[in-house]
Amino acid sequence: MSTLLPLAGRRRTVELRIDGDAVRVEEGRTLLQACRQQGAAIPTLCYLDTLHPVNVCRVCVVELEGSRVLVPACSRKVEPGMVVRTSSERVRHSRKMVLEFLASSVDLSTTPDVEGWISEYGCRPDRYGPKAASVAQPVKADNDLYVRDYSKCILCYKCVEACGDDFQNTFAISVAGRGFDARISTELGVPLPRSACVYCGNCIAVCPTGALMFKSEYDRRQAGTWDEGRQTRVDTICGYCGVGCTLRLHVQDNEIVKVTSPLEHSVTRGNLCIKGRFGWRYVQD
Amino acid sequence: MDLRQLEAEPTEDEREAIDARLGSHPQREGTHFAAGLRRDRRHLLLPALQAAQARVGWISEGVLAYICKRLDVPPADAWGVATFYGLLSMEPRPRRVLHVCDDIACRCSGANELIAELERTLGVGDGAAWQRSPCLGLCDQAPAAFLTVAGPAPAERLFGPVTAEQARAVLAPEGTLPAMRRPRPPQAGDPSLRLLERVGIVDPGSLDEYQAHGGYQALARAFEMGPERVIREVLDSKLMGRGGAAFPMGRKWDAVARQPARPHYLICNADESEPGTFKDRVLMEGDPFAVVESMTICAYATGCEKGYVYARGEYPLAFERLQGAIEAARARGLLGADVMGHGVRFDIEIRRGAGAYICGEETAIFNSIEGFRGEPRNKPPFPVEVGLFGKPTVVNNVETLVNVLGIVREGGAAYARIGTPQSTGPKLFCVSGHVVRPGVYEVEFGATLRDLLALAGGVAGGRKAQAILLGGAAGVFVRGDELDIALTFEEARAAQVTLGSGVVMVFDDSVDLTSILLRIAAFFRDESCGQCVPCRVGTVRQEEALHRIVTGRPHGSTGAELALLDEIGRAMKDASICGLGQTAYGAVESAARRLKLFEKGKVG
Repeated sequence: MSTLLPLAGRRRTVELRIDGDAVRVEEGRTLLQACRQQGAAIPTLCYLDTLHPVNVCRVCVVELEGSRVLVPACSRKVEPGMVVRTSSERVRHSRKMVLEFLASSVDLSTTPDVEGWISEYGCRPDRYGPKAASVAQPVKADNDLYVRDYSKCILCYKCVEACGDDFQNTFAISVAGRGFDARISTELGVPLPRSACVYCGNCIAVCPTGALMFKSEYDRRQAGTWDEGRQTRVDTICGYCGVGCTLRLHVQDNEIVKVTSPLEHSVTRGNLCIKGRFGWRYVQD
Repeated sequence: MDLRQLEAEPTEDEREAIDARLGSHPQREGTHFAAGLRRDRRHLLLPALQAAQARVGWISEGVLAYICKRLDVPPADAWGVATFYGLLSMEPRPRRVLHVCDDIACRCSGANELIAELERTLGVGDGAAWQRSPCLGLCDQAPAAFLTVAGPAPAERLFGPVTAEQARAVLAPEGTLPAMRRPRPPQAGDPSLRLLERVGIVDPGSLDEYQAHGGYQALARAFEMGPERVIREVLDSKLMGRGGAAFPMGRKWDAVARQPARPHYLICNADESEPGTFKDRVLMEGDPFAVVESMTICAYATGCEKGYVYARGEYPLAFERLQGAIEAARARGLLGADVMGHGVRFDIEIRRGAGAYICGEETAIFNSIEGFRGEPRNKPPFPVEVGLFGKPTVVNNVETLVNVLGIVREGGAAYARIGTPQSTGPKLFCVSGHVVRPGVYEVEFGATLRDLLALAGGVAGGRKAQAILLGGAAGVFVRGDELDIALTFEEARAAQVTLGSGVVMVFDDSVDLTSILLRIAAFFRDESCGQCVPCRVGTVRQEEALHRIVTGRPHGSTGAELALLDEIGRAMKDASICGLGQTAYGAVESAARRLKLFEKGKVG
């Protein structure tokens, strides 16, 4: 029997040092991938495997020898001979401050993992005082499918990318304004039903803080009945068209409470359309 | 792709203004027109928004809708871009609007009192025909103001020193527009001047006069040398960038020239917005052909066929004169398809900023020109590889470019003998604040702060210098007794100061420096683009902590607040994407450490 030859040529590898250890990784990889390969834990907020890294949250910064400033691990490509420190005092300080800045200005109560980092890095968001400026604002509930609570928005740009040319190409939202007043917004800030939104929900799927939330989840959280411990996940194939997207049904008390798709799924990369994402009520009615 | 567009319609005036800027309305344009064909028009978004604002004074829903349809830009994207720029208004406002500088240099010349009077007589807030502005780059004629008049024949005036009475007069609907008088540079006529040689002496509108005073000799010489030799001379000159970052210019040129990807682009960074900086304005207003000629040399050496001047939106006279110079040069074959008959193609387009300090950052310029929000990009990749429209791009500051004329005429080695071994050449300094003769001064590198103050006539009113801000808001304070610092890159490094963009702002012993510091902190808060967390939130937290100290209500003690400021500052310096956040703590840090501004007894 003949051996199958791989179609793509083998990629070259680069050697660098991470926290003192020599590491070999494929060329073109990022420092984040290299660090994770090495087992170094790097927190991330604005990074997602399926989106172009925008490197804006700066919580993943690492120290690179020869660089005047810290570099974002999520977007910086590996180069031969790099000497990287992932947990130096400088790194830990910047991460602590970034987390403090966010925790003192944004409601992070539904952001997974962040509580652990806040204690790990010794953050004290309270020290900015009760008058510290924040992004607190009323919740936007202007449609039946999802809720936008921008008091929880860290401005990670993921929703803009997902709505734009990374996934959906609808371009219903953008960052508007500048500086601390910058916000995710539709054109002229119009409510979603008047905007270009097509309710695919792919922005919700990538939101790292719960600022964008399915109404079904939001309402249950408000009522105090949301309980992930009681939820099971069932994968099925969407029956609406021939694409064959995997739907992951989140079920609580024998009711579908939201629908997602696995990020690693080769067809969807986590994305769905309005039908697959929201058109499941008939199952229960 | 079918973009969903807004339904609102523009007024006739608005439609006319946009059609004049974008060309008449092609028949086939419309929301169902095949995608892709007009995608390359996105770079016209900011010019179109500016055209709308110039016609009616603000950006209405109707005109936004029309621009989006014409350029095939999603309305949400256009909204994001329009709301980024300080000079664009999303609310209706009077046709005449006066931007009055309340920044630090103008405060030394009564800006606070002027503004207090305007608040009393003209009112404050939405609907008022005037607003506060960050530094307008007219610090030698403080207090400064910038008037915009919307209409069929829009007008803009940058002028000073402005009085409350004059402010009221120019805001009257048919009020006479103020003249843009410019004082001659204090050293005008001095035969040893190199960069300011022609400023105030030669008619900036006359190509003949420019040529009679040595103009276009350098370009002719460059054609004799050939591109590689020009780059070698620039390398030999050891010229460092004058915009603030002090990067070796020859290395930039060399790197772009070697890039195989085409086309190459040249950008002249004329978005001078660092508080206290006005040297590039003086050069562009006073010697615009020098900018055009030096850009042409750079383009020839680095293989660029297209150059942009990204000019500060608040500089109407510089824009007018540069535009005039470009047209005159084009008419005489000094720009265009065959420059000076050497078969070299090069032309220049001016793009105007719209009120965003951050757009002076080189990668933010790319995004601004391309029609996106002026947010800096992460580096690497560096502009010499991936710059404007993703192509190799050389970005040079106005003053840096003008140095090239002398380098090409006299040779890099001769140029390198001017100044000190590590800081070669002449240098412009913008001297402002409490001095007798504020203005742009040209000295050879090596002159001390004391020399420069002497040139400017010393501290005004016979008072003592309390502190001097070097390098602008992004710079550092030195004490009034540190006048022996030589203004070179190496001494600046050794003394832990920065020359930045050449700002030397003098504060006499009557100034409350804490209020100056608060203004600087507010400047960074206002001008942060908001992209990265350390800068977006850090600049706000810095201002809050300073405010608590200055008002005598620190959390814990002043010492604890200073420690907090230091923690905030370190994170901004280390983790911000670009130079704005990285330098936002410099002035505060130096005020605390060098001036010991917050030691007991100095703060209430």
